[in-house]
Amino acid sequence: MAQKKIRVLIGKPGLDGHDRGAKVVARALRDAGMEVIYTGIRQTPEKIVAASIQEDVDVVGLSCLSGAHMVLFPRVAELLRERGKDDVLLFGGGIIPVEDIPTLKKAGFAEIFLPGTDTSDVVRFIRECLDA
Amino acid sequence: MDKDAIRQRVEAWEKGPVAKTLNRFPERRERFETTSGIEVKRAFTPLDVDLEGYLENVGLPGEYPFTRGVQPTMYRGRFWTMRQYAGFGTAEQTNERYHYLLNQGQTGLSVAFDLPTQIGYDSDHELAEGEVGKVGVAIDSLKDMEILFDGIPLDQVSTSMTINAPAGILLAMYIAVAEKQGVASDKLRGTIQNDILKEYVARGTYIFPPEPSLKIITDIISFCKERVPAWNTMSISGYHIREAGSTAVQEVAFTLANAIAYVQAAVDKGLDVDEFAGRLSFFFNAHNNLLEEVAKFRAARRLWARIMKERFGAKNPRSMMLRFHTQTAGCTLTAQQPDNNVVRVTLQALAAVLGGTQSLHTNSRDEALCLPTEDSVRIALRTQQIIAHESGVADSADPLAGSYLVEAMTDEIERRAQEYIDKIDDLGGVIKAIEAGYIQKEIGDAAYAYQKAVETGDQIVVGVNKFQIDEELPKNILRVDPEVEAYQREKTARVRAERDAPAVDQALEALRRAASDGTNVMPPILAAVKAYATLGEICGVLRGVYGEYTEAS
Repeated sequence: MAQKKIRVLIGKPGLDGHDRGAKVVARALRDAGMEVIYTGIRQTPEKIVAASIQEDVDVVGLSCLSGAHMVLFPRVAELLRERGKDDVLLFGGGIIPVEDIPTLKKAGFAEIFLPGTDTSDVVRFIRECLDA
Repeated sequence: MDKDAIRQRVEAWEKGPVAKTLNRFPERRERFETTSGIEVKRAFTPLDVDLEGYLENVGLPGEYPFTRGVQPTMYRGRFWTMRQYAGFGTAEQTNERYHYLLNQGQTGLSVAFDLPTQIGYDSDHELAEGEVGKVGVAIDSLKDMEILFDGIPLDQVSTSMTINAPAGILLAMYIAVAEKQGVASDKLRGTIQNDILKEYVARGTYIFPPEPSLKIITDIISFCKERVPAWNTMSISGYHIREAGSTAVQEVAFTLANAIAYVQAAVDKGLDVDEFAGRLSFFFNAHNNLLEEVAKFRAARRLWARIMKERFGAKNPRSMMLRFHTQTAGCTLTAQQPDNNVVRVTLQALAAVLGGTQSLHTNSRDEALCLPTEDSVRIALRTQQIIAHESGVADSADPLAGSYLVEAMTDEIERRAQEYIDKIDDLGGVIKAIEAGYIQKEIGDAAYAYQKAVETGDQIVVGVNKFQIDEELPKNILRVDPEVEAYQREKTARVRAERDAPAVDQALEALRRAASDGTNVMPPILAAVKAYATLGEICGVLRGVYGEYTEAS
């Protein structure tokens, strides 16, 4: 039986333009057989959530290197909950101090990937979480 | 030189000692190559370089085509400017860091602005939430700029500002602060980055679409020619293209392709190339592959000199000189074993100096984790001072000239970069190439190939995919106080309440008219900042006239 493809949205919330990591992760997930939507830079949390709902994704990955993650990441989680899309798997990445990770996990992020992460680890993480 | 004799000897060497050694000890890889895919031979010889073309292609320091550097004596007269990029939180905090850096022997300032400033939003704009003071200092109005340079005599330092879409506004604020210090604008030295084209392919702090952006840039060039003649009106940047993942060749090619577009735009406006080209400067990355990087800087200088002379018919040698700032490669810094980054930065800084840079920023070891602490910034600055005063490499101009490898690689980088420039010309110029996504795709492919090389272990990153240790990532790192945002909002609210409101409205209306008529926007921008119109208000007027750029997905 053909399995349904995992659908992922990679988003860049805020004003940060460093999109090398987001694009590399998007491409690696695509190469791993997932359907990936990349939002492009400078998205508001509202736009990211609206796109996640419209595209009916299973996974949302956020990237931020500007230091604004503690404002932007939890807002995306909150909006997803408000809009009834709290079953989505949420992860993040970027220049994120380790001491922020517990707070982000409490806010609903299943994992935060730091510099030096292999894209294969991201792929494995998604598959394991979705049990796919 | 008897080339035949050398050739015979090389052949005999390959068949004899090399073959014998390979039999017993195979080499580490089938093919050795640089980041740009240029083959690195087992040994380079006179056969790999054009010795007859020495005067034409290499020449002497300070002479066309400037392969060996833009000054005849290079660092024997004066070292490069040691210029650490800095800025965070409020203008008050950043001013304190500047005084510290100047006291530690830094010789020029370099301002990092936060993202709202770079994208033309005031700190109280809703899109600024969470970003205020994070990647640089927040500047909303002339008030902040006055605080930023408090106690720093602007006739005695040169200041570089990493600002693009709103470059004219920050320059106007700088001129206004200088005026208050009693310093005339023709005494000001420094640089605004003002390179919008690379923002569309890397870095992302654009505001307006390309055409009006180029219009503002030529306005700034004309304005500075009259009013701020010693100012570098642009710093055309390969740095961010490289950080986005490009190869060394692409860095040179895409930067010079952007530069060609700027020069063409100014020439099309009726400016004489020799009247402004001498004020264009460049900004490159210094990456890990030391010899390729040295060759890259030399190739870029030669290629630009030829472009200016042959393509644009420049007559003044100054117009042909590629003067550049260098920053070590942020993307090579690892969060793992961060002290190792000091060594990486040293190698990269050495490449920049061997390559003849005019100024240098050395990254701090902790930048893969957070903003650099004062201790880390001091080590980074000391790295430059050790290279300058202890290593001896600054005592002779272009000391690697004549290395068969470096000369061969310089030739090859120039050739490959020229191929890219020809291809971009075929596509109809760089704006068309950006709109078609060509440049973004080239960079993206290179970035992905690099990541794959790291993941397969083909590219070793010490401490990341080899020689790892169990370590805890450091806590207690430098963070921007969340109070900064509220403090900044209040300060700007106060400025708005205390200024002469009708004067601000009038100044903004004059700017709107100038932008609509197509006259030079710089004089009305200067008038508006002096009336304490905010950066967000000024950009708002320009957004209204020019529209906003959005990335095609």
